[in-house]
Amino acid sequence: MSNQDSSKPKTMYDKIWENHLVYQAPGDDSVILYIDQLLCHEVTSPQAFEGLRLAGRKPRHPERVMAVQDHDVPTTDRDKPIEDPIARKQVETLRANCKEFGITLYDLNDVEQGVIHVVAPEQGHVKPGMTLTCGDSHTATHGAFGVMAMGTGTSEVEHVLATQTLRQKKMKSMRITINGKLGEGVTAKDLILYVINQLSTSGGAGYAVEFAGEAIRSLSMEGRMTVCNMAIEMGARVGMIAPDETTFEYLRGRKHMPSGVAFEEAVAQWKRLASDPDAVFDKEVVFDAADIAPRVTWGTNPAQSVEVTATIPSPESFDNVEDQKMAKNALAYMDLQAGVPMTDVKLDWVFIGSCTNGRIEDFRAAARVLKGYKIADGLRAIAVPGSGIVKRQAEEEGLDKIFTAAGFEWREPGCSMCLAMNPDRLQPGERCAGTSNRNFEGRMGKGGRTHLVSPAMAAAAAVMGRFVDIREWKYL
Amino acid sequence: MQAFTQHDGLVVPIDRSDIDTDQLVPKQFLKRVERSGFGKFLFFDWRYLNDDYDENPEFELNRPEYRNATILLARHNFGCGSSREHAPWAIADYGFRVILASSYADIFYNNSFKNGYLPITLSEEQIDMLFQREKQFRPYTLCVDLVAKTIKDQHGLSLTFELDDFRRDCLLNGWDDVGLTLRFEDKIAEYEKEHGIA
Repeated sequence: MSNQDSSKPKTMYDKIWENHLVYQAPGDDSVILYIDQLLCHEVTSPQAFEGLRLAGRKPRHPERVMAVQDHDVPTTDRDKPIEDPIARKQVETLRANCKEFGITLYDLNDVEQGVIHVVAPEQGHVKPGMTLTCGDSHTATHGAFGVMAMGTGTSEVEHVLATQTLRQKKMKSMRITINGKLGEGVTAKDLILYVINQLSTSGGAGYAVEFAGEAIRSLSMEGRMTVCNMAIEMGARVGMIAPDETTFEYLRGRKHMPSGVAFEEAVAQWKRLASDPDAVFDKEVVFDAADIAPRVTWGTNPAQSVEVTATIPSPESFDNVEDQKMAKNALAYMDLQAGVPMTDVKLDWVFIGSCTNGRIEDFRAAARVLKGYKIADGLRAIAVPGSGIVKRQAEEEGLDKIFTAAGFEWREPGCSMCLAMNPDRLQPGERCAGTSNRNFEGRMGKGGRTHLVSPAMAAAAAVMGRFVDIREWKYL
Repeated sequence: MQAFTQHDGLVVPIDRSDIDTDQLVPKQFLKRVERSGFGKFLFFDWRYLNDDYDENPEFELNRPEYRNATILLARHNFGCGSSREHAPWAIADYGFRVILASSYADIFYNNSFKNGYLPITLSEEQIDMLFQREKQFRPYTLCVDLVAKTIKDQHGLSLTFELDDFRRDCLLNGWDDVGLTLRFEDKIAEYEKEHGIA
């Protein structure tokens, strides 16, 4: 655009935004922004496809859309039809829509099937510098690759299908820098739970967030995806990390990636995406990695977490009346008493999986803890790989044997208990340590209680039947 | 989309912050492939005692004095969590035309404007005052005017609110987003040509 000042230092978000500007009407602060890639799943797409049909429209670029069935799908008995007729219809509707409109679908029994935010990067559909949307709030996951990725509602799924664009207002920018190194046993999950706790569930609302600093740079791509995945839990639609050698290494050789010279040329482009050194952010927040310990949520939103060695907070310990009220409601729903050590909280279930922590590194971390141990009596534990590819990789490494020997059920890929749309769910009053992203009331089943933790913490909790500090774990 | 110009309606106060979309519409109702009929699932876990739709008499929407409410009053970060547009579909289908809160989650806010009701952002002080006035003047009705961007009660209160012009125009006219964007189809084609997108 002619009104952009090319000499002004830019953030990564500025650069991606400018590269995708289609049109801005004079005096209008919302623009038409090009969307490079759309991801679809069965829950938020049927009404979008129906909208297209009703208007007599077609997807503008079906080759820029990929789809997967993940939310509703059972994680057992994949050779049988889906029992729930409404879920089955939704899964079949996506299949029919993809066929009708020529969209790539990783179908239920394909080895590549899995949770959309695990599958899309795994299959190389996600490239640095892109704009990407999906009818799913955890779409910011792909920001880990230096992508402006965000969740939308179904109307905007239809809008992207029909026009390959979205009408957007530019967000404010925030940089969250985490200096220093994470301690032993402290993971990407603990890092993001800490950040959300510090900034609140709405601290990122209205912002495109960039995560930076040594602790972020030291993370693997899996860890970076965990961090960006949960940006929405502090209200930020977009969470991103500048691409670097770790990113390029992950992408090299993947399906749907350029190869050879073309890949190296792309890398040269991608290296220019990072925010300019003197770029100005609307808000800067700095944390020290040394202040971060393994964490557990105690409440009913992801900001309500404490260090595993802490006690459950009392409502009076919060500064404002609104937080006090929320804490009181949360403790009542969670059936927890203030002042009780977190490590005294006993569990009925452990769930390892989801778009937050369902990748190979997550299962390696959990298996390392579980090796040689058995899960606690009376506890039920499921491991749900994020994709068929993750599952196959884990099996090649023998991780599935470690899980099953410990007493875990080793399942087929899907969203599973993270939102409990399929049969994997808690009964009222049951308590679960989960590696997923939301501990809302009823999230894992009506009346169920969810505590969010890292995969290693979840595995250790499964063995002990209660929370334990992973830093004191005796690895066998 | 249903247009919105002016609305007179009864206020129901739901005195909570961080009302997430899992509470607005729980997951078991997301399996439908239709866009209509979600109103009866709104606030399902709070509104009903069981899966047979036996009402929880304590919950605000079930109380006789709020049966006909069309304006929902809540606190901050309304609509956080999942991007499910089923939540706005449920709000609209239930019959709400206005939400009043001190802040909204971004995705929910955005989705709301595709569904013909008006989410209004007021300051925490103003929201607090509306909760007070609702108690004082129950049954409490408000008149919301999108043309003038005002909210008035029958007891002398008059507030103004902000909304960007684009969203306001779309709501006032009930415009379809896709149709609007396709007016600029030539600009999209131009962008694609410049970027080698065939």
